[in-house]
Amino acid sequence: MPFGTPGVSGGPLLELQNLSTHYVSSRGTRVVRAVDDVTLRVNAGETLGIVGESGSGKSTLALSILRILPPAARNVSGRIMFEGEDLLEKSDNEMRHVRGKRIAMILQDPMASLNPLFTIGNQVAEPIQVHEGAKRATAWERARGLLRSVKIPSPETRVTQYPHEMSGGMRQRIVGAIGISCEPRLLIADEPTTSLDLTIQAQYLNLLRELQKAHNLALIFITHNLGIVAKMCDQLAVMYAGRVVESGPVSQVFNNPTHPYTQALLSSIPRMSNVDQRLTAIDGQPPDLSRLPAGCSFADRCPKVFDRCRAEAPPETSPGPGRTARCWLAAATAQQPQLAALAGED
Amino acid sequence: MSVPAQIIDLPVADAPASSSQRHWFRADFPVIPALILLTIAFVALFANFLAPHNPELGSLTARFKPPFWQAKGSYQYLLGTDQLGRDVLSRLIFGARISMVVGFFAVMVAGVLGTTLGIISGYLGGWVDQVIMRLTDTWLALPALTFAIFLAAIVGPSMWNIVIILGVTYWTRYARVIRGEVLSLREREYVRLAIVAGCSKWTIMVRHILPNVINSAIVLGTLMLGVVIITEATLSFLGVGVPPPQPAWGLMLSDGKQGLMVGYWWLTVFPGLCIMLMVLSANILGDWLRVKLDPQLRQL
Repeated sequence: MPFGTPGVSGGPLLELQNLSTHYVSSRGTRVVRAVDDVTLRVNAGETLGIVGESGSGKSTLALSILRILPPAARNVSGRIMFEGEDLLEKSDNEMRHVRGKRIAMILQDPMASLNPLFTIGNQVAEPIQVHEGAKRATAWERARGLLRSVKIPSPETRVTQYPHEMSGGMRQRIVGAIGISCEPRLLIADEPTTSLDLTIQAQYLNLLRELQKAHNLALIFITHNLGIVAKMCDQLAVMYAGRVVESGPVSQVFNNPTHPYTQALLSSIPRMSNVDQRLTAIDGQPPDLSRLPAGCSFADRCPKVFDRCRAEAPPETSPGPGRTARCWLAAATAQQPQLAALAGED
Repeated sequence: MSVPAQIIDLPVADAPASSSQRHWFRADFPVIPALILLTIAFVALFANFLAPHNPELGSLTARFKPPFWQAKGSYQYLLGTDQLGRDVLSRLIFGARISMVVGFFAVMVAGVLGTTLGIISGYLGGWVDQVIMRLTDTWLALPALTFAIFLAAIVGPSMWNIVIILGVTYWTRYARVIRGEVLSLREREYVRLAIVAGCSKWTIMVRHILPNVINSAIVLGTLMLGVVIITEATLSFLGVGVPPPQPAWGLMLSDGKQGLMVGYWWLTVFPGLCIMLMVLSANILGDWLRVKLDPQLRQL
């Protein structure tokens, strides 16, 4: 099975508790609720996939965890518990030692993530020198080993080369090597494969899984590709308008989605089994995050909307063990019509 | 009659031909300005060996001698002598040293000061940026030459004081240009990766931003060289520059200007020519560098 390997050790590595991050305009008149009341947990060695359309707050969530938000953003409330410590309580200097050392991140465009003026070895060795005060020679030795572990051929010569001498896939793997250089516990990958072609994508995802196994790494995978989620993730969180509308183990969410948004997302994926059917699209636009409706933010686009949805925002309920959903239907509905599992066809 | 060959191969050198970029230094490298600057630098470096006479010591018996090709000229004083009987050629040779030293170090002072402030301003942003940029605005609002004269009057004339004065006067251009560059650099993905990897602001500024703005700083420096040299000459001409016994070109112009009306043209023409050649060469070279390096910078 492509998913379902449970976390290796017990106890969450990272736990977001009711985290809210808002963007406030300079005069304070407009508040954009980019991340709103998000509660999530990631266990060691486990992969959490975060999906959602553009502007649903996925990236802001990732930036919040590392506390590298742009100046206009405010962490309004909540806690970010990482290895038992609240990251929001830490000073800037303490945070600096978390970033790269204990939580690493791969950015949206890894192709542009390498400084054109420095050699590969220089850049892979940099975090090791910064965080562990390692000597140049030892850091470079480690860099060579890291390049070997991300399957860069002949790392001895590659370390002395510059980014423009590498192919896209190689550069990506190098960025991956920088990510794991200080043996972090958690790696956040923000759409790391969007700039790659499909064969390289598959290779890269396999590599990430291997690294994850080898280092018992927890992974947060931000994407809007549900196929990748099916392949990579143990847990899934679906975000809509800044909120987690549904979360749970990937197989359960895929087989039995409770939230109409998740259902719509899953039915908008093309499948080989029913090629004659038209793809369903979700009508309408996501709401303006600075003017969220009083009720459920998905109400305007929801095919199953009823009166209560527009009046009151649904609370987070648990339709099953380890699962959450923000929908009035979730508590009431016993069994949704079975949707064919993506995994079976993947 | 066949068509002349020139019509067929019209110059297409201006087109951004990618193959010619490999040999960018050959295509339209300004050879003559580079040679002039190199010659001046060479002369400045070996002034002690090249100058036929002591530039600060004249013989009063040999005053106002014209250049050698004129009636009363002699091969002993190739470019003539001044009102104190000092050899003009020797003074020009030693003057090259002053112009080079003042030009080079003043540009360095301005460059280091301006680049540092520009990087800090651009990268940190916020109130730091506001303070530095408003300071720059204020500085730019001051008339540069008057300001330099004012400073020179305060600290007193000496060659190294002039270096510092010119540096302090002209750092603002660097600050402006470099800040703009940094504003775009700090949004680059590799800078964000460095943040994510836990580098401190200082590390990022020194390791990731600075190497990327060096190109621009060098281009700007070459362009500034002309401005700085001409300001130095102006200050010397006005008597607040390099103090008299030393043979600064601007000072020679100033000393020679009374002689101009009575026919002692060589006292002003030669130093004037030197200043012009040096500034022109520096500007042409700087312009060429700017055009050559900028598109490449954007390509990265």
